[in-house]
Amino acid sequence: MKFYTEPIAKSPRIDKLKAALYEKMPQIEADRAVLITESYKKTEGEPMITRRAKAFCHILENLPIVIRDDELIVGSATKAPRGCQVFPEFSFEWLEAEFDTVETRVADPFYISEETKKTLSEVYKYWKGKTTSELATSYMSDEAKLAMEHNIFTPGNYFYNGVGHVTVDYPKVLAKGYRGIIDEVKAELAGLSQGDADYAKRSHFLRAVITSCEAVVKYARRYASLAKEMSKTCQCVYRRKELEDIADVCSNVPEYGAKSFREACQSFWFVQMLLQIESSGHSISPGRFDQYMYPYYKNDLDKGSITREDAQELMDCIWVKLNDLNKCRDSASAEGFAGYSLFQNLIAGGQDKYGRDATNDLSFMSVTATEHVFLPQPSFSVRVWNGSPHEFLIRAAELTRTGIGFPAYYNDEVIIPALQNRGLTLEEARDYNIIGCVEPQKAAKTDGWHDAAFFNMCRPLEMVFSNGMDNGVRISPETGDVEKMSTYEEFENAYRKQMEYFISLLVNADNAIDLAHAERCPLPYLSSMVDDCINKGKSVQEGGAVYNFTGPQGFGIANIADGIYAVKKLVFEEKKYTLGFFKEALAANFGKDMDSQMAAKLTQQVVKAIVESGKEITAEDIKTVYNTVRENKASDEQKQRYGQLLDDINSLQKFGNDEEEVDKFAREMAYTYTKPLETYKNPRGGSYQAGLYPVSANVPLGAQTGATPDGRLAYTPIADGVSPAAGRDVKGPTAAANSVSALDHYIASNGTLFNMKFHPSALEGRSGLESFVALIRGYFDKKGSHMQFNVVSRETLRDAQKNPEKYKSLVVRVAGYSALFTTLSKGLQEDIINRTEQQGF
Amino acid sequence: MENSLLQTKGRIFNIQRFSIHDGPGIRTIVFLKGCPLRCRWCCNPESQEWDIQIMTQGGTVKTVGKDVTVGEVLEEVEKDRVYYMRSGGGGMTLSGGECLWQADFSAALLQAAKEKGIGTAIETTGYAEMDVIRKLLPYVDTVLMDIKHTDGAKHKEFTTADNALILENARHIASEAKELIIRTPVVPTFNDSSIEIDGIARFAASLPKVKEMHILPYHKIGSDKYAGLGRGYTMSHIEAPSKEHMLMLKETVEKHGLICRIGG
Repeated sequence: MKFYTEPIAKSPRIDKLKAALYEKMPQIEADRAVLITESYKKTEGEPMITRRAKAFCHILENLPIVIRDDELIVGSATKAPRGCQVFPEFSFEWLEAEFDTVETRVADPFYISEETKKTLSEVYKYWKGKTTSELATSYMSDEAKLAMEHNIFTPGNYFYNGVGHVTVDYPKVLAKGYRGIIDEVKAELAGLSQGDADYAKRSHFLRAVITSCEAVVKYARRYASLAKEMSKTCQCVYRRKELEDIADVCSNVPEYGAKSFREACQSFWFVQMLLQIESSGHSISPGRFDQYMYPYYKNDLDKGSITREDAQELMDCIWVKLNDLNKCRDSASAEGFAGYSLFQNLIAGGQDKYGRDATNDLSFMSVTATEHVFLPQPSFSVRVWNGSPHEFLIRAAELTRTGIGFPAYYNDEVIIPALQNRGLTLEEARDYNIIGCVEPQKAAKTDGWHDAAFFNMCRPLEMVFSNGMDNGVRISPETGDVEKMSTYEEFENAYRKQMEYFISLLVNADNAIDLAHAERCPLPYLSSMVDDCINKGKSVQEGGAVYNFTGPQGFGIANIADGIYAVKKLVFEEKKYTLGFFKEALAANFGKDMDSQMAAKLTQQVVKAIVESGKEITAEDIKTVYNTVRENKASDEQKQRYGQLLDDINSLQKFGNDEEEVDKFAREMAYTYTKPLETYKNPRGGSYQAGLYPVSANVPLGAQTGATPDGRLAYTPIADGVSPAAGRDVKGPTAAANSVSALDHYIASNGTLFNMKFHPSALEGRSGLESFVALIRGYFDKKGSHMQFNVVSRETLRDAQKNPEKYKSLVVRVAGYSALFTTLSKGLQEDIINRTEQQGF
Repeated sequence: MENSLLQTKGRIFNIQRFSIHDGPGIRTIVFLKGCPLRCRWCCNPESQEWDIQIMTQGGTVKTVGKDVTVGEVLEEVEKDRVYYMRSGGGGMTLSGGECLWQADFSAALLQAAKEKGIGTAIETTGYAEMDVIRKLLPYVDTVLMDIKHTDGAKHKEFTTADNALILENARHIASEAKELIIRTPVVPTFNDSSIEIDGIARFAASLPKVKEMHILPYHKIGSDKYAGLGRGYTMSHIEAPSKEHMLMLKETVEKHGLICRIGG
């Protein structure tokens, strides 16, 4: 196929839309919460699926609608730009508790008016005892709750919110509209026999789907009327025409099939937005937009009814709209998902279901849209395989060079067989797209529960050293006193046992939450667009999808691999230290003072407790507390011995440097999580599959983890994803990539994440782009699965000056030479930083 | 592969992977120890002495120099084979130091790499007897050779060596090597005038088959290494040439019909 590869100019409309979107702090609106409560009160005693459909209908009939200035694609979930609605059916206590702080908190603040607070407080009275999180809690075992309290894992995402994490059948809506889907459901309903054992359940589900789809049709008509009305009073002739067009488009879609690219864009947007009104789940991912939109684009282009510029503008408008949606999370989760992110993953390129390359004009235009709009949404990704057009990857690399952090690159050659291994057909696997961060699946057939939990692999290792005790509480079975372990096998087995125990609890917690969603929040609208819900006559939440997975993420592979390797070498092979000494040194944080930030945090907690108990506290007292917390109490002699151990650990091989022995070891250690996990089943009839990535949770969860035997100090961040521990990969990008590719990416079929940092100068010129693309291709030849790039900013370079130990592998280009940034002289570093600034960073 | 080839011993001080500015594609650079010249601006002063040295850098003391076999080096070079291929013509580059200073080791390393299908390049001063250079040439895809000055006296003043042999060798290498690219470090107070660069470019253009010349702006990376070796750095008052000046020099070179790149 020949593509149009040239970047298309940006319409002036786009910057206006963007500016309007970011004028104010986002705000919380109460309309949805009020409407769902009204509806629920009226439907008590009816089947849950019916109540959900009626509530959705009531919301869409009454939710305020707006058409913002200059919009071509319309449909907003809130009156104010980037606002968020509230979903009390999942959980509400956290927001109520944060009413007075949500506006001023550090991560993702939201404005909330006094009136909204009052309204929500009133609404919340109804929901006590009726939420999914409350039901989930009562389903969970005490052991699982204890493990969560002790920060072994956190399933917080779906515990507090809807699940989301899905790609629906956009092409079906584009092709036949909801009228077509309603007809399909009616036919199914007509085929049921009233005497069937499951007739009641099936028929109620199917009727709920019809109610939901009709609600969506009516909702679009409200937009058509609003546009019509606005056009009558519009003074500007151009805008009047635009509003008339909007009215026309919204009278046809999404009720009927789209007749043009413009209608397809609008139809897509209604689906995308309304899924996020039905439930609060994030990572509702558009998937292969370039594939399902292409026929409409091509048809219009051939007919001459659209120009490339028009099409680009419409795409840019969608890209902006994806940032109009927002979500307020509890403050702890907000830190883990910082940046108001909704993870709406949109992917371009890759193979079609027959194994041919599917890159087209829209793949290129998706890159351009991301460049034009330059906002955090959509999470833009690119599929790569041996047959990917070179020019497409070069164009993608140009986008990477801007420093936006997009696209993320995915390897078809690993992901397709990995999905086949999970039971997908070859054709389905070839048609995969990515959900959220890095999770591959087949659109419109999968309920992947991709972000089921974060599992901190370092904590079970701590339990090996403490024999199952945490802060004086027994949280896991005894696996033996480490001081009495005489062989390495004993030690490794203890770790495996601790892992297996906590993995079973993780599954217990996830399954409890899963069941709660099925019983309290089945989603009929979503289910209308996921196979095989209509045929099976049940919602996605009850197992209606063809493929059902649960994908919790393990992280800390690098720390575990380096740490257990260190124990193996220093205790059992070189016999330089005893496990007892390791235990002592870990407890003493290798004799090092506590990180100042962490000490400040702990001091705050202590001070707060003192104040709350009614005692007075002076500035001098606070200082004393801080110093007591921060200072290490080990004697000089101990510090010296612990320091020696730390030096010995640091001089061992580390994962990330293309050293065969430790890399092989890392592969084995990753299996301690991935293999036991895949033996478990979820209530939807599917199986568990591991992911190896942390989003940004490696930092907050690291702050709950003591020192580890890899030499990582207490409360510092854990290694992110499958990347080497920060600053330990010192042989450059190819060596790190080779190490990471030594892991088994096929078994971690819920996705792996490999982060790499570059300075923009390393991608300079065409030859820079060529080398960059070669690096990606090389890593993918070695069967890595995912790669993303942080083209670092000036701020990062400043941080690298202050904390060189964290940035040992940062490559910068200097006047014809490449060098590791931290090895350069202060003056030269300044020079590079200043030059970066000139490049616009 | 012959065992004797793989057993050949040499002395290196660094292997740097993912180098993207020293020859085509993604490359692994092997830095050899020992050099006959003493260029004042040298950014790798630890490369000059043959002896294994101690250098202090950023507060840590490290040993510079290691005796290795061709087989050991090749094992490291081999690790990035896939990236050489994907970048279209990447491979191994010998730098230094001066690879001609250890001609038998260099020749064996280059031959072994070629036999394994890995592309090769050398960065050299060209300061050796032509018979020595001929040991390497059959196994080198690209020779990157410095011509620092056309004036013998000035060359000697700044590098401690006369340039007559270098200029003469350049002519032989040009006709015998697969590809020769001329490189010139542009060093203020030494050779940064357009007249001097013009002279070098004229010479380069007169060499058979030579089509390309790189001009490399002087920089101060490595200046702190001099102190780390207990030596004085005599160039601390010199500032890097401006971008505008480099562009002007590029035009000067291009007037001779050569392709000119700033930087490697």
